[in-house]
Amino acid sequence: MSFRPDHEIHKRRFGRNLGIGLVLTTLVALIFGMTVVKITEGNITSAIAGNQSSD
Amino acid sequence: MTDASVPLPALESEAEFKDFIALLKPRVMVLVVFTAFVGLMAAPAQLHPFLALVAILCIATGGGAAGALNMWWDADIDKIMKRTQKRPIPSGKVTPDEAKIIGFALSGFSIVMLGLATNFYAAALLAFTIFFYIAIYTVWLKRATPQNIVIGGAAGAFPPMIGWAAVTGTVSFESVLMFALVFMWTPPHFWALALFTRTDYDNAEVPMLTVTHGRKSTRQHIVVYTVLLAVLGGATMLSSLNGPIYIVSAVLLNTRFMFGAVKIWRRNEEDSEWDNFLVERQFFRFSLFYLFALFSAILADSILSRVGVWGWV
Repeated sequence: MSFRPDHEIHKRRFGRNLGIGLVLTTLVALIFGMTVVKITEGNITSAIAGNQSSD
Repeated sequence: MTDASVPLPALESEAEFKDFIALLKPRVMVLVVFTAFVGLMAAPAQLHPFLALVAILCIATGGGAAGALNMWWDADIDKIMKRTQKRPIPSGKVTPDEAKIIGFALSGFSIVMLGLATNFYAAALLAFTIFFYIAIYTVWLKRATPQNIVIGGAAGAFPPMIGWAAVTGTVSFESVLMFALVFMWTPPHFWALALFTRTDYDNAEVPMLTVTHGRKSTRQHIVVYTVLLAVLGGATMLSSLNGPIYIVSAVLLNTRFMFGAVKIWRRNEEDSEWDNFLVERQFFRFSLFYLFALFSAILADSILSRVGVWGWV
């Protein structure tokens, strides 16, 4: 049994899905990194409020 | 029968990922990212490097979102103008609805993320910038007044101010000066472009100065705004952005920019037609270099000041 080669449209959709996957992964990494920075700066209240000031 | 045997509809125009990126006007984004970064670095405080990275990404995303919304609203005139015919919507790769959804979603995302990463003052400035670019410039002024570029230029001038606010949580004299430099630079930059892409704006019935007041008047306007920009460059020397690199760069760049503007002013249409708008094209290209060089000078001074080289600044 042989599979037919992918249609060009499938390649295009794969590229799009891959791009969205990378964007979402970056978003998760950014939020995780932000959380780590806010917590290690010892500023949890500000992390929630989104302020720069230290306690 | 498997799904592989089902004939696919003709979807030649289905978008690729790069078409969605093009929707965010990546070339404009370079300017936004760079000026925001300079604003962030020139501020008299420090932000954690990771939060600074997030802030820059958010400002870039907000700028991209505004670009997508601009393309959604202007799809009708983009189809007419040669310069914009290949954009994702007029070329049929992305639908206007997709652009609208992406634009609004990224706007909301970037504003909230910037607020969480830095402060809500910077987030409010970013929200206002997007609102200004879309509601005030794109929807209202662009098709209503020949001063569209002048007032609309404010939207592109906000990024250094947002970068500064992300660090300090305030607006200061210096951040207003950086805003003013980009604001005053925008009209001569775009009017030079309008001089050599003349038929585009005529065909799309966008009331550019070249269409409403004529080309001679546009040349005069370029000189006036270039002089005002030079004055502003001089005023910046009175602020804390007055590092030695900035002073030397501002003098050289403004002299060269004014020289180009006067050359444009002294030319007539026959001269321009004869060399296919060579001087106007050169002025346009130099205007891009001008802004990057001026902000690079501010950046260099702020870095050298931080490491103690310019101790007296």
